[in-house]
Amino acid sequence: MDQPFAIETRGLSKHFGDVRANDELSLIIPKGTVHGIVGENGAGKSTLLKMLFGFYRPDGGDILVRGEVVRFQNPMEAMGKGIGMVHQHFMLVEPFTILENIILGSEGGADLNAAKAKAREDLKELEEKFGFDLPFDEPVERLSVGVRQRAEILKALYRGAETLILDEPTAVLTPQETEQLFGLVRQLKAQGKTVLFVTHKLNEIMAVTDDVTVMRAGKVVAVRKTNETSAAELAELMVGAKVAREAARAETGEHKVRLSLNGVYASGDRGHTALTDISLEVHDGEVLGVAGVAGNGQTELLEVITGLRRLARGRIWYDGAVIADEKTTTDPITLRRMGVAHVAEDRLKTGVVESMSARENAILGYQREADFSRRGLLKLKEIAKRAAGYFESQDVRPRNPNLPISSFSGGNQQKLVIAREISRAPQLMIIGQPTRGVDIGAVTKIHDQITELRNAGKAILVVSADLDELLAISDRIAVMCEGEIVGTLKVEDSDEQTLGLMMAGEKRNAG
Amino acid sequence: MEFFADLTLLIDSTFRTATPLVLAGLAGLVAERSGIVDIGLEGKMLAAAFAAAAAAAVSGNPWVGMVAGVLASMFLALIHGYVSIAQRGNQIVSGMAINIAVAGLAPTLANFWFHQGGQTPLLGDEARFSAITLPFAERLSDVPVLGQLYTEIISGHNLVTYLTVLIIPAVAWMVYRTSFGLRLRAVGENPEAVDTAGISVTKLRYQAVLIGGLLCGLSGVVLSTGMGAAFIRDMSAGKGYLALAAMIFGRWKPVPTLLACLLFGFVDALQGRLQGENLPLIGEIPVQFTIMLPYVLTVIILAGFAGKMDAPKASGIPYEKDH
Repeated sequence: MDQPFAIETRGLSKHFGDVRANDELSLIIPKGTVHGIVGENGAGKSTLLKMLFGFYRPDGGDILVRGEVVRFQNPMEAMGKGIGMVHQHFMLVEPFTILENIILGSEGGADLNAAKAKAREDLKELEEKFGFDLPFDEPVERLSVGVRQRAEILKALYRGAETLILDEPTAVLTPQETEQLFGLVRQLKAQGKTVLFVTHKLNEIMAVTDDVTVMRAGKVVAVRKTNETSAAELAELMVGAKVAREAARAETGEHKVRLSLNGVYASGDRGHTALTDISLEVHDGEVLGVAGVAGNGQTELLEVITGLRRLARGRIWYDGAVIADEKTTTDPITLRRMGVAHVAEDRLKTGVVESMSARENAILGYQREADFSRRGLLKLKEIAKRAAGYFESQDVRPRNPNLPISSFSGGNQQKLVIAREISRAPQLMIIGQPTRGVDIGAVTKIHDQITELRNAGKAILVVSADLDELLAISDRIAVMCEGEIVGTLKVEDSDEQTLGLMMAGEKRNAG
Repeated sequence: MEFFADLTLLIDSTFRTATPLVLAGLAGLVAERSGIVDIGLEGKMLAAAFAAAAAAAVSGNPWVGMVAGVLASMFLALIHGYVSIAQRGNQIVSGMAINIAVAGLAPTLANFWFHQGGQTPLLGDEARFSAITLPFAERLSDVPVLGQLYTEIISGHNLVTYLTVLIIPAVAWMVYRTSFGLRLRAVGENPEAVDTAGISVTKLRYQAVLIGGLLCGLSGVVLSTGMGAAFIRDMSAGKGYLALAAMIFGRWKPVPTLLACLLFGFVDALQGRLQGENLPLIGEIPVQFTIMLPYVLTVIILAGFAGKMDAPKASGIPYEKDH
């Protein structure tokens, strides 16, 4: 009768095309516990959650809720089995009040006023039990993110959730709100609810969970009792030990500073502080790697350097001149002319234009240059020749520059983008995730090209979520955590474990 | 005293001209609140006007005309819904396609069936919704001011106009006081939230476009069988767009939309009144300019006052689950 497992999965799989987003996942979540799931972006956490909540149907395997096999067709059925989910992006209607949001879909009757009055009554008990104190009649759009999140949790409880899935719940919270959330999670547990806490922040796992499952590349790689593991161990498990390949690095000696950031602060898209007091230098003939668990300010760092985001404070120097401070930013075109090349982190969003041909993408950003246009007219022949050249030198397949860029694999797209950016003989190369979504063969080629550039005396900054990659190509590695650089190490002094600890927030400085 | 008489006439004709605007404006409001942009109001209105006039002409019964007009409009709404909801097509393109198709199709069918150069036969009083004289209107017309107001302004409209007076609070009540209205407003703002709450986005949006079709159908019915007595080529004359503009000016809310429609109706009545009139200082304004008035006002209002801020956030965006 009393089944001890709130949720169990057996060999759960989900594919998207050739990608195994979830590969034979088996996990057990005991009732009344807080269970953490950690993994990097793309490890398959979201896919798992969406199956548990009935958004996706599994391709294989079973989900068991309290010992009973379930086949959810939609979220309604998952809710019917007592599973509630708080999505990373809140499912709230912003102009509605909290009360309206809570009753939406379970009004119980056509008369809205009656439904509200009844819900208000029913919510009293929940409020008392879990210690909520929410302004029911305020429109959500006027409330802080923390309050919105509590409203989401209350909404799930109101619908009878026994198991609550929290997807990256702290991504948008302030530290104080995070503490409050932890308090609520403990309260939920004390009242017998089960909580699935999904995050990529290790200190949160350590702070609030009983058990933790580590996912990587669609698989469960480890299950640990939280009090028997450490942030460092989890970091290592998360990132994984892939075969590192040492690229041939020539001695380039001491060189001048090409790029330097001095006390840089910047806000993220949601208005939170994304970068705090960032100072770093990149020299000619050097690769500076930037490591960190995704979402700790690396994206914003790339953006401030490449002129895509304003600084709140601080200064950025390039070749001895200020290119950005709190009042000015240099736009990307000017930066390009000054010799700064940028391989964007999010290839499809900022690196290429998906619907355009590979040929057009091969010169994108440089189309105004004399090589490619005259009096506003494109020199199509020149462009075709250039693109064909890239295809040859980079071995881009299929060998057809007229196909839309979207019909090439990630690796081939990236090879083309890198060829484009290198072709202008940049002095400084800014690269975000050089090999994300790139096949193994292309990875080697891209690493070799970065090393070649470095050996030729160029300055390179690489942001990557892949520690092995950074260990293979960098001279120094800076580690970011929560918008700060927690330390910079020479590659000789770095190893995965040390970097893992720093990624979890431990300060260290040796170079 | 002449000014007073002028004013009563003006207000009286404001109510008349505002009726189709209000109906179409509310139709657009219901559709857009659900996230479906309804630029096809014009086409649906014209189609309903044609169907109503044709059916009334054949049957000699205005009620048959009303049913035909409403069904024609709802049918087009269903097509728009299918394109926008099921096929996730572009809602502007779909709406414009309806407008263009109806503008050509209605006169062609009228010509084919009635051989009157793209019109429908003139309806007799028994086949249309003619002016209704409210009780005591005759007797009270001698009572100064109040009685005159009753006789001149309140009395003497067609049935659909009186129906509209009931429809306005009904729509407002539906949108704000029912669970359906809550879901309707939610699906136009954040369909994902509606979906995760276990409500079908598709069903909800179909319901909304059909309600819109019904209301818009009535606006066409009043054009050809209430205000007019036949279908005439292009008789909607941009009223669908005007209604859409009024709805935007009314910030997607029933009462402000109503007020905006009344304003447009008033300006339209005013331009009718100004035609051929010799104004002090200005002299006679060419009729081409007076006719422009409501449209010029639309441009000014939409450029100057209407912000995009209050539009339902998901308006115009097809809903797609991410896989």
